[in-house]
Amino acid sequence: MGKPKVAFYWNASCGGCEEAVVDLAEKILDVVAAVDIIFWPVAMDFKKEDVEAMEDGSIAVCFMNGAVRTDEQVEMSELLRKKSQLVVAFGSCAHMGGIPGLANLSTREEIMHLVYHNSPGLVNPDEVEPQLVSKVPEGELTLPHFHESVKALDQVIDVDYYLPGCAPTPDMIMGAVTAILEGKLPPKGEVLAPNKTVCESCKRSETKPEKIKIKAIKRPALNELPEDKCLLAEGFICMGPATRDGCGARCMDVNMPCRGCFGPPKGVEDQGAKFLSALCSIVDSEDPKEIEELMETVIDPAGLFYMFSLPTSMRNKFYDKIER
Amino acid sequence: MKKIGVFLCHCGINISATVDIEKAMEALKDYPGVAHIEDYKYMCSDPGQQLIKKKIKDLGLDGVVVCACSPTLHENTFRLTVKAAGMNEYKMEMANIREQCSWVHKDKTVATEKAIKIIKSVIEKARLDEALDPIEVDITRKAMVIGAGVAGIQTALNIANSGYEVILVEREPSIGGKMAQLSETFPTLDCSQCILTPKMVEVSNHPKIKLMTYSEVVDVSGFVGNFKVKVKRKATGLDWDVCNGCGLCTEKCPKKLPSEFDQGLGERKAIYRPFPQAVPNRVVIDFENCTYMQSGKCGICQKVCPVKAIDFDKEDKFVEEEVGAIICATGFETYSVKDIPEFGGGKLPDVVDGLTFERILSASGPTGGEVRRPSDGKVPKDIVFLECVCSRDPEHYLPYCSKVCCMYTVKHAMLYKHRVHDGQPYVFYMDMRTGGKGYEEFYQRAAEEDKVVFIRGKVSKLYQDDDKIVVCGVDTLSNETIEIRADMVVLATAIVPSKGIRELTKLLKIQIDQHGFLSEAHPKLRPVESLTAGVYLAGCAQSPRDIPDTVSQASGAASMVCTLFANEKLKHEPIIVGVNEDICSGCGICTVVCPYDARKTNLEKKLVEVNEVLCEGCGACAAACPSGAAQQNNYTDNQINAMIKAILGKGG
Ligand SMILES: Cc1cc2nc3c(=O)[nH]c(=O)nc-3n(C[C@H](O)[C@H](O)[C@H](O)COP(=O)(O)OP(=O)(O)OC[C@H]3O[C@@H](n4cnc5c(N)ncnc54)[C@H](O)[C@@H]3O)c2cc1C
Ligand code: SF4
Repeated sequence: MGKPKVAFYWNASCGGCEEAVVDLAEKILDVVAAVDIIFWPVAMDFKKEDVEAMEDGSIAVCFMNGAVRTDEQVEMSELLRKKSQLVVAFGSCAHMGGIPGLANLSTREEIMHLVYHNSPGLVNPDEVEPQLVSKVPEGELTLPHFHESVKALDQVIDVDYYLPGCAPTPDMIMGAVTAILEGKLPPKGEVLAPNKTVCESCKRSETKPEKIKIKAIKRPALNELPEDKCLLAEGFICMGPATRDGCGARCMDVNMPCRGCFGPPKGVEDQGAKFLSALCSIVDSEDPKEIEELMETVIDPAGLFYMFSLPTSMRNKFYDKIER
Repeated sequence: MKKIGVFLCHCGINISATVDIEKAMEALKDYPGVAHIEDYKYMCSDPGQQLIKKKIKDLGLDGVVVCACSPTLHENTFRLTVKAAGMNEYKMEMANIREQCSWVHKDKTVATEKAIKIIKSVIEKARLDEALDPIEVDITRKAMVIGAGVAGIQTALNIANSGYEVILVEREPSIGGKMAQLSETFPTLDCSQCILTPKMVEVSNHPKIKLMTYSEVVDVSGFVGNFKVKVKRKATGLDWDVCNGCGLCTEKCPKKLPSEFDQGLGERKAIYRPFPQAVPNRVVIDFENCTYMQSGKCGICQKVCPVKAIDFDKEDKFVEEEVGAIICATGFETYSVKDIPEFGGGKLPDVVDGLTFERILSASGPTGGEVRRPSDGKVPKDIVFLECVCSRDPEHYLPYCSKVCCMYTVKHAMLYKHRVHDGQPYVFYMDMRTGGKGYEEFYQRAAEEDKVVFIRGKVSKLYQDDDKIVVCGVDTLSNETIEIRADMVVLATAIVPSKGIRELTKLLKIQIDQHGFLSEAHPKLRPVESLTAGVYLAGCAQSPRDIPDTVSQASGAASMVCTLFANEKLKHEPIIVGVNEDICSGCGICTVVCPYDARKTNLEKKLVEVNEVLCEGCGACAAACPSGAAQQNNYTDNQINAMIKAILGKGG
C-alpha cells in the first residue's frame, strides 16, 4: 500500500493558511515523507482535470481553506469532497466564513457598485462590469458566478473536521496530521482544538479583578494597552472569553486583544451574540442612557463581534438562502 | 429516542372552544419523540391524572408534556402526578395553550396553529430534559419579623406560640405601629390601645420572642432556611439593661419638643418614651435635640436617674442573627399634607390629616379626648372631612384606593358627633366603599343616627378666611357648587408605603410595585409570599388594608413560616445553573450578573464555582456566559434553540 494521498485547496482565502503550512518549517519534511501530496495549487502544478481523473475516495484527506462565494469554489469543493475520504475545513474562513464573510453585511449589488463604480481611485469611464461570458478576438472568456453571500465550507459540502484559526498554528496542524495518520480521530464533526476558552492559556487572566466591570470601552488604536493586565477588565474588547482556546493566547502575548478567530467553544452556536450579551453584562451602570452611550462607543459592532463568524451566525442562517 | 406522552387538556371549554383539539392531535401524533397522545376534559382532575399515570406505566413513557394552563398554576400538580408513577418529575413539561393561546385569541384556525407550535416546542424541550433531584438544605428554625405594628406583632406571636423563636425588629423605640395611635376602631368602636396593648405586653413577656426596638436591618445574605441578617441597634444614650423605665428623667428633662406620637400636637422631652404604654418600657435620648449632647451642659437626666443607666453613649451597635425566614411587615405612612398645596400645604393649622385627628379623639391624646382645634383650642362646630385625598387621582397624585379612609372618616364623623353634640360634620366622598363585615351598617348608622351629612363630590380648594376654613366643592349628585365655612378640616390622605422600603426590599431581594408596596408572589394564590423563597409579607406594607385584614394576613404569613419550619430539610429547586468545567475558563463574567452572589471565580483553578443553594435559577448568568459553560438545567441553550426552531419551523 502506498503513502496516504493528501490534498490542499484554497477557496476565498488570503494565502495565510498556505503560509501556515509552510510555517511547519523543517517539520514539513516529516509530513512530506509520510504522505503523498497530490494536489496543492499554491505550490504544485496539478490541474482540476488531474483530480477529476482520480478515483472517488482515493484521497485520504483534503485540507481546504477559504470561504466559498463563487461557482468555481463550489465546484472544486464538491469535486474534492467526492474524491476524499476526509475533508478538513482549514482555518477560520473555511470553518466559519472568516473575514471574507463580513461581506455578508452588504448585498451583492452594493459590493459590485462599490468596487466597479464608486471605489476611490477607480478609473472606469465605460462603467464596465465583469460578465460571466465575454467575447474577445481569441474566443470566449468565462468568469464564475459570484454568489449572493459568502459561506463557510460546511454550508456547501459535508465537512469531517475543523482546524480553526486565522491561521491554524503549526502545532495544531502537526497534531491534526499526526492524528489522521495514526487514525486517532475524535467523532466526526469535532473542532480539532481544546474545549476551553482563550482565558485558559492567557497569562493575564490571573490579574483579573474579582468582578469585571467596565465604565468605558477603549480602542487599541487610541489607547495604550497595559502589558500585564486583563484587557477586558481594562475596557478593551477582548473576545477571549467567547473564543475557543488552542492558539496559546498569542495575540495577548504581543499586547493585542483577542479577535475570536478560533470561533466559539463547543456547544455555542453564535459567538458574536454570546460575546455581546457578556459585554452587556459587565457594563457598570444601571442607567439606560449611560449604558446606551457606552455601547455607542463600540465602533462597527458587527464587524468586531463577528469578525470571523458572520456566515455561521444565527442572523445569517435565518436570512441566507442557499444558491446553486 | 425518548418516549414522550402528550396529554391535551380541554380545560372545560376554556381551551377547546378556541383550539381545535382534534386537529392539534392529528398534527402532533407523528411528531418525532411522541409515543402517545391523548386528550381529556380536565387533565388536572383526579381521573385526568390517573390517565397520565396509567400511560406512563403501561407504555414506559420517560417524558410527559401536559398541554394545558400556565405552569404557575399546575406544574406542581403534574410533577407530583408523574412522580407517583415513578417518573422523574423534572421530565414533565407543561405547554401553556390556555393563557398564552386560547385565552388571547378568537380565531380558531390561528389559535390551533399556534397551539401546535407551542406544543411542538415543548416536546423539543422535553426530549432533552434530564432527570433532576431536588437539592437538600438544612433549616434554621427561627424567624425574623421586620416592623412591629399590629401585623408584625400578630405574626411574631403566632410563630412564637407554635414553638419557634422569633426576633422582632422595630425601628421606633416602641412596638405598636399606627394602631397604637388610633383612638377607637371601626366598625365596633372598641378602643384601639385597649385591644392592642395586651398583645404588646404578650410580645414583651414571651420567652420565644426577642425584641429589638430602635433597630434596623442593614444587611441580609443567605437564602431560605439560612439567612444571615445584620441589625443596627441604634444608640439610645443609655443602658437599657439597667434602665427600669421609671420615667423620672423624662419628667426632669428641661428640653421640650413636639411629640411624633401625637402628630406634633403634644410635647415630649429630649429624653423620652414615645407613649406611656410603650413596649419595651424604656426611654431614648434624641441626640440632635439633647442640650447635653449639643453643648455639653445640662446632664440633668443623668443626675436624677436612680439606677445610673444614662451614659450618653452615641455608638450604634451591630448584631448578626441567623434566621430561616423573614417577614416584612413595615406598614405604611400617610401622604403628607405638606405636599398638597391646594389644601394649604400644611400651613393651615386647622387642616389636619386623619392620624392627627385620631390623636385629638384619643383619650390619651394631647386634648384628653376633647375635640379641640390646633390653632386656638376652640371646639369646632362645623367640621369637614375629605375622603380620597391624593387617592384615586391618577392625574395628580396616586391612582389606587387607600381602602381604609372611607371607613375611618365615617368613624371620625361619628366620634366627633359623640363628643360635640351640637356640631355638624360634613363628609365629601367619591363613592362610599364599605365592603367588610358590619361596615355598611356602620355607615348607615352615622348617616341616620348621628346625622352626618354625606356629600358626594370633590373639593377643589381650601383657604383660610378669618378663623374659618372655606371649603369649595361640588355636589356631583345635585351638580351644585358648595361652599362651607368650617372651623376645622380633616383630610383622609392616601396610605403610602413606609419610608426606606426601597432600600429594605433591595436587601431582602424582594420586589415592590410602582407605588412602593411589596409585591406578592401571586395576587390570588400566594398573597403572603414574596417571590424570594423564605421572605413573607404582612400588613399595609403590601397594600392599604384595615386591622382585621392585616391581622388575618399576618396569621397567614405566620402559618407559611410554620409550614416551612415543619420540614425536616428544605428542598431547593434543581433548575439551577451549574458550570461545565470542561469549558469554563474562569472569565468570571457570570459572577458580575448573579443577583444572589451564587457564583465566585476561582482564579487559581481558572473556574467559576457555584453555590447551588444560593442559585435561584434566574438564568442571568447563563445569558451572560460567553463560553456556554453556564447552562441552566433543563433550559440549556440547546433546548432553547430547539424550541425556537420548532416554533419558527427549522431554520426560518
Ligand atoms: C387615620 C387612620 C385611622 C384608621 N382607623 C382604623 C380603624 O378604625 N379600624 C381599622 O381596622 N383600621 C384602621 N386603620 C388602618 C390601620 O391603621 C392599619 O390597618 C394597621 O395599622 C396596619 O398595621 P401594620 O402593622 O401593617 O402597619 P403599621 O402600623 O404602620 O406598623 C408598621 C411598623 O413597622 C415599623 N417599620 C417601618 N419600617 C421599618 C423598618 N425598615 N425597620 C423596622 N421597622 C420598621 C414602623 O415603625 C411600624 O411600627 C386606620 C388607618 C389610619 C391612617
Ligand atoms: S441562575 Fe445564575 S445568575 Fe441566577 S441565581 Fe443562579 S447562578 Fe445566579
